[in-house]
Amino acid sequence: MAPILSIRELRKVYDGGFEALKGVSLDIEEGEILALLGPNGAGKTTLISTICGITTATSGRVSVGGFDNVAEFRAARALIGLVPQEITLEPFAKVHDTVSFSRGLFGKSADPARIEDILRKLSLWEKRDAKIMELSGGMKRRVLIAKALAHDPRILFLDEPTAGVDVELRRDMWEIVDELKAGGVTIILTTHYIEEAEAIADRVGVITGGELLLVEAKEQLMARMGQKQLEVQLTAPVGAIPDALAQHELQLVNGGGALLYTYDTRAERTGITTLLNDVAQAGLVLADVQTRESSLEDIFVGLVSGDGASADDVQGDAA
Amino acid sequence: MNWTAVATIYKAEMARFWRTFLQSFISPVLSTSLYFVVFGSAIGSRIQEVDGIGYGAFIVPGLIMLSVITQSISNASFGIYFPKFIGNIYEILSAPINFLEVVAGFVGAAATKSLFIGVVILCTASLFVDLDIQHPIAMVAFLVLTCLSFSLMGFIIGIWAGNFEQLQLVPLLVVTPLVFLGGSFYSISMLPPVWQTITLFNPVVYLVSGFRWAFFGQADVPVLLSLCAIGGFTLACVAVIWWIFKTGWRIRA
Repeated sequence: MAPILSIRELRKVYDGGFEALKGVSLDIEEGEILALLGPNGAGKTTLISTICGITTATSGRVSVGGFDNVAEFRAARALIGLVPQEITLEPFAKVHDTVSFSRGLFGKSADPARIEDILRKLSLWEKRDAKIMELSGGMKRRVLIAKALAHDPRILFLDEPTAGVDVELRRDMWEIVDELKAGGVTIILTTHYIEEAEAIADRVGVITGGELLLVEAKEQLMARMGQKQLEVQLTAPVGAIPDALAQHELQLVNGGGALLYTYDTRAERTGITTLLNDVAQAGLVLADVQTRESSLEDIFVGLVSGDGASADDVQGDAA
Repeated sequence: MNWTAVATIYKAEMARFWRTFLQSFISPVLSTSLYFVVFGSAIGSRIQEVDGIGYGAFIVPGLIMLSVITQSISNASFGIYFPKFIGNIYEILSAPINFLEVVAGFVGAAATKSLFIGVVILCTASLFVDLDIQHPIAMVAFLVLTCLSFSLMGFIIGIWAGNFEQLQLVPLLVVTPLVFLGGSFYSISMLPPVWQTITLFNPVVYLVSGFRWAFFGQADVPVLLSLCAIGGFTLACVAVIWWIFKTGWRIRA
């Protein structure tokens, strides 16, 4: 099946000479949730803005549902809903009016039942006659989502949807995203909260310095890039790692009460069996063992700091 | 054409007008009434007739032009500047609409508002002086074209402006002097010959002259020239706006 969004060699150089996107290529399948992860200034918002037509690309091509986003901008944009990062709402407008406005702007005829449905789903129905300026920050974010959904887009861009919102609202947002996905909407969200990408994304893209370092299925990424750690807790603490265990490159933790073994899940042999045998032969008695997976955050920090695989190594799935 | 989008923008802009109805309606009625109290009753009776027309009646077309021009610019410039200022211009830029539709919505609403104000001033004026409009169709045509062209100009100013101060700059420093010196309150034949020539470089002269001709059948410059001037000005504004949307100047990075 053709991807619903196809980006090829997208470059954006701003007037001042700053290159915000350095040839980004990316395919997004219909119905998936892609999280674009990157630090501030990585190019996340520029990428979204260029796809949506808010900024013009210096070169490259974007195809939305098979339509070129410049030559066939009407058909392309009709498929897209955008929730911007900043709360940009007219303070004097009423909730219902501003959401209806967004629908009309996309050329769709008024549909009060549909607007009611959207407002109810986002817990805004009670506030439909309230002015924007009377709403809390969280409610305003909901209004932005309602506006983006008012024309029933097939692709929804959420630009840092939970930046600066409290934990409760963040969880609500994730639920909303889940519901939208269940309805078949493709969602691309940018975030610098790794926790967010880990919680809701199907695939994760890591972008920094205008380059897409990788795009991979979340689990695959964690499995591929991730390292696991095995903590061997001892019944009695030891002062140093016995010489017999030197080959395993262990760390002594918990004041000598535990040995930490780092291994690669991708390796043919993890070395766990040998390690445990050697531990027993060294005369150490195990109290407990536990394993830990590295989080996306560990992977992300590794990638953007250059410790992880290079862009060339890992871009396989991105193009 | 995405007419639904045009109608949506138009209605939203008109809704703003109705929200500030008192300000939009009372203000021009009050200021027009004050003009007539001062120029019509207080000192108007001591001013000679101009071109055979009582001074109170003579200033009506100029007064309408003054209000319509300033209102058109202010409505249209604010209309497009406000979404730029608060940031929700993103919605317009990412919607499946082209520049003509955006302009039709914003400028159409701005022109409608100033047309409404023009008609209100005309009605208010008719309470103070007897008005016999000799060419009513031409009068309406001039009024509509003026509303439209200066709303287009206001739209350009709104896109150009980077802050509220700049939004006021052109209307205050350029348009108001041009309107006051454009024969709104006098006939240019009353000026010394040198100034009559200089005045002809003021585009507002052609508007006021044509509009006054529609009322009284007398004009400072040929009516056809007035029509060409306003038509040319409208086309020039459309061309500038087309260029703005093509290049994304000041709206699309």
